[in-house]
Amino acid sequence: MKAQPESRVHERYLRHSKRFPNIWCAGCGIGIVLGAIIRAVDEMGLDKNDVAMVSGIGCTGRMPVYVDFNTMHTTHGRALAFATGLKLVRPGMKVIVAMGDGDALAIGGNHFIHSARRNIELTAVVVNNLTYGMTGGQYSPTTPQSALAATAPYGHIEQPFRIAELAAAAGAAFVARSTVYHVGELQEYLGQALRKEGFSVVEAISYCHTTLGRLNRWGKAPDLMRRLKEDSVTLKQAEKQTSEELAGKIVRGIFADQDLPEYGHLYRQIVERAKAEAA
Amino acid sequence: MSAVLMQGDRACAEGAIAAGCRFFAGYPITPATEIAEVMARRLPQVEGIFIQMEDEIASMAAVIGASVGGAKAMTATSGPGFSLMQENIGYAAMAEIPCVIVDVQRLGPSTGRPTSPGQGDVMQARWGTHGDHPIIVLCPSSVRETFDLTVTAFNFAERYRTPVILLVDEVIGHMREGMELPDYETVERVERAQTLVPPEWYKPFENFPSDVPPLIPFGEGYRYHITGLHHDELGYPTDRLDEVNAWLERVFRKITRSLSDILLYDEYELEEADTLVVAYGVAARSACHAVKMARQRGRRAGLLQLKTLWPFPEEIVTRAAERIHRVVVPEMNLGQIALEVERVVGRRKVRRVNRADGGILRPGEILAAIEGMV
Repeated sequence: MKAQPESRVHERYLRHSKRFPNIWCAGCGIGIVLGAIIRAVDEMGLDKNDVAMVSGIGCTGRMPVYVDFNTMHTTHGRALAFATGLKLVRPGMKVIVAMGDGDALAIGGNHFIHSARRNIELTAVVVNNLTYGMTGGQYSPTTPQSALAATAPYGHIEQPFRIAELAAAAGAAFVARSTVYHVGELQEYLGQALRKEGFSVVEAISYCHTTLGRLNRWGKAPDLMRRLKEDSVTLKQAEKQTSEELAGKIVRGIFADQDLPEYGHLYRQIVERAKAEAA
Repeated sequence: MSAVLMQGDRACAEGAIAAGCRFFAGYPITPATEIAEVMARRLPQVEGIFIQMEDEIASMAAVIGASVGGAKAMTATSGPGFSLMQENIGYAAMAEIPCVIVDVQRLGPSTGRPTSPGQGDVMQARWGTHGDHPIIVLCPSSVRETFDLTVTAFNFAERYRTPVILLVDEVIGHMREGMELPDYETVERVERAQTLVPPEWYKPFENFPSDVPPLIPFGEGYRYHITGLHHDELGYPTDRLDEVNAWLERVFRKITRSLSDILLYDEYELEEADTLVVAYGVAARSACHAVKMARQRGRRAGLLQLKTLWPFPEEIVTRAAERIHRVVVPEMNLGQIALEVERVVGRRKVRRVNRADGGILRPGEILAAIEGMV
């Protein structure tokens, strides 16, 4: 990291024309993820003109409006598809796609796995707060089984997606998971993801103390933050633990890091072939 | 200029290339698949990009993303896929993103009778996405018109910074017809507007004198925000009613003030006609034949062929219907444009001729209506 006080980094990346304060509840983890993204971009020394942030709908979907990049707040679940078109036309641009768990894995689940399979160079940042926060705590694809939710008043009966494992299985080039408590680690993973030529996914486990947290009496934001610290283990630690010991634990680490041919790169080869054949 | 035998879907793809389209995202669906197939082969030859997405929702999203990146972009689909695209067509309308959506119509609803012709998507093209918004919808009646109107669709999209929908009939899309293929260098192209102001003064949704503020592509130093939320002139979300209204008024005004450019139509045998046929797409071909038959029988029938369906050409229909005592509206649906014609000229004058079973309207059916037999 550059030796700069943090506030000055933010000043250079947050929009001065945008009316603050932001939309998120006090104590929310989304701002922490945004801060980590900004610092990771700053660390790489990217030109703001060459960075785009695309998002879908929900609390995390509101992230791009605050940052001084090329920003697009799209429709629910479709951010990756919008970003795909943009990236293909502007291959030199770093395109960060910010999504929540409902956005990326429920309504956008198909786009998520196909972006991974296609291996197009986008950095998907999934803020996983285990619920639909903006609409008031309904169950999402990552809500834990037996938790209460606004639409599961008798307890949730579905099993949750494990986002990082899903992304790795779908073929993403780089996949990592951390939490909003482990900010340094999160920023490190974001930096690695942004440098990856291929589809990269960073899952940032967060919480929603105002909806799911309150419904389940999980405590206030500091209590939930403490749980992220106490209930998480690294991949290395997890290897030595039994599945019973790992139940309910968050496993942090890098789940995939592979060099695969990138979609845009392959397509540019197609263009050269097609031009040669036509000529 | 060269004489060629060409399929309608191919003419659409070639028209897009000629218009400067350099991005296509789509999903296979009959009877529009040939457009994707031609684009997959042709686009890389001109350094363009083709991508087959995981569904039509993603296709429409990718098209918008590509347009924001500065490319002229299109997708092509049919009824079922067109329904899926409505969500992001609304986004394109809200964010004023130039793009072209081709719907090669097939008989619906749902999977319908694949893949018989139908003109059932006329109202969906106008109102398929939620909320009030303007839209431009064009409809060709021949293979050559498919080429020309595809070019026009791109030009309108750029000139008015709006999604433009091209409604093609299954019959037109799959039909092969002889046509004169123009040299692509001679085709008139409207390019994306530039701005004269530096980035710090740029407002992507400014209340501009022309009502069409320039859209500067991402990556050119003009960093700004785009959203599907109602927004202010800078693109930031707003709850202010005056800002919502200013946007609504401007986006409708930019279309209504340019109707003389946007409303395209052809007239046939309208002089001294007392019976007017208003038709579009493949039904206009049957209607043209019916008018010829009627004239041979000494009936003073004429045809108004609509090439622009939306915005509906109220004044053109009104003018054409003056001194007319009967207006026949043949459609391969149960009456969609007829609703508009009736609104403009009054219900008593209008005779509808409809079928929505996947068959083509025959000239004889239209002739019977011209002669007052139905």
